[in-house]
Amino acid sequence: MEDVAIIGVGLHRFGRFAGKLAIDMGAEAVRTALDDAGAQWTDVQVAFGGSFEVDNPDAVTSRLGLTGIPFIDVYNGCATAASALQLAADSIRSGQNDLAVAVGMDKHEPGAFTSDPVDYAAPAWYGEVGHFLTTKFFAMKINRYMHDHGISHETLARVAAKNYRNGALNPNAFRRKPVSEEEIAASRMLNYPLRHYMFCSPDEGAAAVVLCRADVAHRYSSTPIYLRATALRTRRYGAFEVHASWAAVEQDHAPTVYASRAAFEQAGIGPGDVDVVQLQDTDSGAEIIHMAENGFCADGEQEKLIAEGATEIGGSLPVNTDGGLIANGEPIGASGLRQIHELVHQLRGTAGDRQVPGSPQVGYAQLYGAPGTAGVSIVST
Amino acid sequence: MSQVAFAPGVFTWPSDEPSLIGGRCGDCGSVTFPQPVSCARCGSTGVDECPLPRRGTLWTFTTQEFLPKEPYAGGETVETFEPYGVGLVQLDDVVRVEARLTEADPARLHIGMEVELRIVPFRTDPDGTEVVTFAFAPVEGA
Repeated sequence: MEDVAIIGVGLHRFGRFAGKLAIDMGAEAVRTALDDAGAQWTDVQVAFGGSFEVDNPDAVTSRLGLTGIPFIDVYNGCATAASALQLAADSIRSGQNDLAVAVGMDKHEPGAFTSDPVDYAAPAWYGEVGHFLTTKFFAMKINRYMHDHGISHETLARVAAKNYRNGALNPNAFRRKPVSEEEIAASRMLNYPLRHYMFCSPDEGAAAVVLCRADVAHRYSSTPIYLRATALRTRRYGAFEVHASWAAVEQDHAPTVYASRAAFEQAGIGPGDVDVVQLQDTDSGAEIIHMAENGFCADGEQEKLIAEGATEIGGSLPVNTDGGLIANGEPIGASGLRQIHELVHQLRGTAGDRQVPGSPQVGYAQLYGAPGTAGVSIVST
Repeated sequence: MSQVAFAPGVFTWPSDEPSLIGGRCGDCGSVTFPQPVSCARCGSTGVDECPLPRRGTLWTFTTQEFLPKEPYAGGETVETFEPYGVGLVQLDDVVRVEARLTEADPARLHIGMEVELRIVPFRTDPDGTEVVTFAFAPVEGA
């Protein structure tokens, strides 16, 4: 199996861009990634495009050049970008292609996501009576977690404040203004215990990654970053998951736990080897839970770690150095490739004001979303 | 004024002692809610109707403090919307079900509290029909 290198990353700023099409943002992200790689669109042999709102992300080819390559559209909930990345990597691992692109783009309406619950195997009435809300699920999950593991309301505010602070250092972030813990704790309650400023917002943006066979990476880049693992998992019976009208009494781990274990096994490393981490922070509670689900601490240790500043850019376990979803928002198709964009810059040492000190060597990214799908990617120098 | 359930087959109605209607897998015994077309644990299509216990304990909860977008069909506007509680209720050792709570004040809810099924008004249609839904209420004195 061929090893895979990331030779280029590109990002269209996340936020709101009235009148601008998602496919134009996607094309810009691909151009930036190709420039970063020193490659041409005509070098690309296969592409995978992720989006929730765009029926055919393949439409970017009409902006970049109709070269006739296979372009595969991908949708996998909040794990869409991790799925596009894995498929692009697999096409190189298998020896079918030498150079591939993964791109994600989206343009969402403001406010919480909605869909038809029937499309999630939930009954139609589930939405009609007011249960079909991802925010409510995350609130119920963190409320139980706080009860079981002694996480405080102050810690929820601390996580959001840290991500807004990191976003202020990131020129591509949607939210670039620091927000204090006091303001967060005083913002409107949306779903107890989660308040307005503790949630990310669906927004707009695009991101792209250029991958190639590791043995030819130096033709393009003097600083290739290697993709050591990609793992996707869906929920098992017994997991407490989003968009379900019931849960089993007999409990099993969340899909993130299985994706994380599989990714660490593939990479041949453990959580202690990771220098910089990107986690799905749909809300500040999700970041806290995901720290443990991905093996970076025991359940409950987050309270002390976060109070001590461990997850800050200069801490022992930097989490969401670019501001995460809370400061960047979530254009679903692009969100996971935004994580990879950040990790690649951190590992190259080109993350500017938010650079993790001490030359980080290993980066870790996790996505989680409806209806219970997780994706984990591990990169290293 | 007539009272109708928001959907058929979700709870026994009308009834003096209504219960939620789940499904029990004839092959693996797994219970889910509502009754599914096939078992989420083993995939068997032999799932039988199974009335669920009327009392349980609150496994976790939240509040819904903003008006949900469509397909929500409560009929309120941003101005008239009143927050409601939502919980995951463990019914004996059978299954956990997601449901509205009659209590929307988090200070009056706690994990582990005993709750009981109620059928409560959901909305009133223009023709005067009262549409009812299921919810769990804290058991007084429990």
